[in-house]
Amino acid sequence: MTMKASTRQVDGVAIVDCSGRITLGEGSVILRDTVRGLLGKGQKKILLNLGDVSYIDSSGIGELVSAFTTVRNQGGELKLLHLTKKVHDLLQITKLYTVFDVKDDEAAAVQAFK
Amino acid sequence: MSRRLASQVRVDISTGKGETSGSPKRAFPHRVPALAEFLDASFVIDSFSMTESRVSYTLDSTLESVDNAEQTATRIAMEAGFTEEEVMQISMAVREAAVNAVLHGNAYDPDKKVKLDIETTGRELVITIRDQGKGLDPAKIPDPLAPENLLKTSGRGIFLIRSFMDEVQIHPSLTGTEIKLVKHVPGSSGGR
Repeated sequence: MTMKASTRQVDGVAIVDCSGRITLGEGSVILRDTVRGLLGKGQKKILLNLGDVSYIDSSGIGELVSAFTTVRNQGGELKLLHLTKKVHDLLQITKLYTVFDVKDDEAAAVQAFK
Repeated sequence: MSRRLASQVRVDISTGKGETSGSPKRAFPHRVPALAEFLDASFVIDSFSMTESRVSYTLDSTLESVDNAEQTATRIAMEAGFTEEEVMQISMAVREAAVNAVLHGNAYDPDKKVKLDIETTGRELVITIRDQGKGLDPAKIPDPLAPENLLKTSGRGIFLIRSFMDEVQIHPSLTGTEIKLVKHVPGSSGGR
């Protein structure tokens, strides 16, 4: 399943609903372009909803890290929402779980942005 | 059109349908891969061979090959009786190894191929992936868990492969890299 990303605004936070596979190639490119597009519009509060992401490979993990650092370097914040068990486990074994700010509740996640 | 590929396997290369004959009961009775399925998915096969418990493919250095290597390994792992989590681990390890071969080894060079062998025995699933690149030195791969590397955007593939498989052997050479992945069959004497 190809990766899809759609963005909605909630209280000044851009919530990106991701679905499908974030893997080397199209999936990673879509994520990268989406985050860069938001930053280009001045949107620096970004919440990636990964609840419907079925699969992510090391390239996809790298893209998440790239998105995180790119947003942070521009003075913004990027948080993750609704990790599936697969993605959760991957972030655990790569020691990235504590690097990202991971949320389980959308309303609480939105409120957590400064 | 049929072609005799091994003493016990016959594959119709136009339909992908195959049959075995005269073979003893197999530990992994997976079906002969449907070649037509791969062709429909643009899975470029330059050569195809199969023995009782082993399939071999020669793949182009493309992302499509990565996807199809992953799908093939996933199907065979499922048919071999691995759990859903183990199948996911095998699938991911094969994908990462195939990415390494296509991207880092062969660098998408259309003149270079990737060889994929998947062998099932009564005790384990053995997957071997070879590229024709300059050779990967595993000793030179930085530890992705080191604090200074945590925020790097690449370098986690081999780590994930080692995390998901029971045995991993990397054999670099001047003519390419071979990586051998082993997953023990649940409940076998080779398993946990």
